[in-house]
Amino acid sequence: MTRHRGRGMASINYPIGMNLGGDPSQALVHSNPSGKFTVALSSIDLGQGMKSVTRQICAETLGVPVEDVYVDTADSDTGPHCMGSFASRGTHRVGNAVMAAAREARGVMMEAAAEELEVNAADLETDGRGNIHVKGAPHRSISTKDVAIAAQFKQGKTISGRGIFLVPLSEVNPETGEMSPATCYAHACLVAEVDVDDETGEVAMIRMDSAYELGRALNPRLVEQQLVGGAWMGVSHALYETTEPAYPEPVHGPRDFVEYLMPGPGDICPHDIAVLERPAPDGPFGAKGPGEMCANPVLPAVANAIFNAVGVRIDDLPITPEKVLRAIKAQGGARPQARR
Amino acid sequence: MSKIPLQFRHNGHDVAIFVDGGTNLLVALRELIGDMTPKFGCGQGGCGTCSVLVDGELHLSCLTLAETVAGRSIETLDGMKQGPNLHPLQRAFADNFAAQCGYCTPGMLMAAKALLDRNPRPSRDEVIEAISGNICRCTGYEPIINAILAAAGGRASA
Repeated sequence: MTRHRGRGMASINYPIGMNLGGDPSQALVHSNPSGKFTVALSSIDLGQGMKSVTRQICAETLGVPVEDVYVDTADSDTGPHCMGSFASRGTHRVGNAVMAAAREARGVMMEAAAEELEVNAADLETDGRGNIHVKGAPHRSISTKDVAIAAQFKQGKTISGRGIFLVPLSEVNPETGEMSPATCYAHACLVAEVDVDDETGEVAMIRMDSAYELGRALNPRLVEQQLVGGAWMGVSHALYETTEPAYPEPVHGPRDFVEYLMPGPGDICPHDIAVLERPAPDGPFGAKGPGEMCANPVLPAVANAIFNAVGVRIDDLPITPEKVLRAIKAQGGARPQARR
Repeated sequence: MSKIPLQFRHNGHDVAIFVDGGTNLLVALRELIGDMTPKFGCGQGGCGTCSVLVDGELHLSCLTLAETVAGRSIETLDGMKQGPNLHPLQRAFADNFAAQCGYCTPGMLMAAKALLDRNPRPSRDEVIEAISGNICRCTGYEPIINAILAAAGGRASA
């Protein structure tokens, strides 16, 4: 038995969102009489952090503390329309919609504050701590709570805003097949190092090094958790997850967590991640989105690393021990490639 | 089928319920006691999210017959925090971003507590072994391992 070390790399361009129907998302923002704001969305947060990020975007745009914003993603029956949480679109599409809604709500809030302070709204600014004051005269100030109460009970105004983000649908050129399905792309490069056992066909992850360019990281710790967890899922797709063997009938395939394999805590490897921030012109505060693309570069990088280790090119995922062994046998043994 | 009276300690409190023969501990906790912190994942011991402690030992509540815990002491995630104060493990999970969707978290925390209660300064390999019966789909495990090691380190220095 020999274990062969191999190294492979892969680079990807990942389009943020999709082209279908222009991929719209809507958001509604309104203030409560307490001076707190509610953002209504229909995209759900599955744990990626969309609630946190849209909360940050809303608070920053309104000019209020982040604690004063609540994001409600509960109900697609009563919420404004959204295409959903997928295609790495949450931060970019929903974030842009929230930003537009918050901008409109801020306009109403500043008008209401101007009426209370008897000044022009253009002369007002927010301090980000829950107060609105006259530029250059911070003592002429009113809290967002008092503005909300005045709007609700005195002025008869709703401090609210509507937002939508819609990219015009890109039609396919019938002559050339050309189209522009996305307005911004995230990028990544990942180097994977593996050990391949030429007797068992098993592939062990040794380490990963990656660089991701995903616009501005609005919440760096959430970006990191996406990249760490997503790379694990990439390893899982590259080496483990399959509903086979499904022969002679599907009933023989894995049916539960004992038979459907995924890498466990003992199968992971060190992963060094660099995040490069190049703000996207059409992203909310320059953000793109680290979603699906976290997993994508891992698969080709692992396949390349296996080729580098034993000289077999496997293009059918996942790369199970059976496939590795068959391929090594077919070429008459392991043929380690040059390491660069 | 007649009901069977059953008494045990649940997070430090005596409880008495009537269960059907064959009821598992997960159902007894969730449906009869109302403690929703142990989660139903696979129902066959493959995922670990239903984990609870029985007399300090880690058990899969979906595979434990409720009748077998008569007179014993059950700990669930619901009993972990003391009043408003998070348990050091819970704090460390939050600080290390060790939860995303959160469905595995109750089982992970119970597995981690079982480990730290008997081995306050575990090695990385011991942490990995302790949570290897628990499946997480989101985090890639690294943040969970780091959280448990951080809680162990913090506890030792406190």
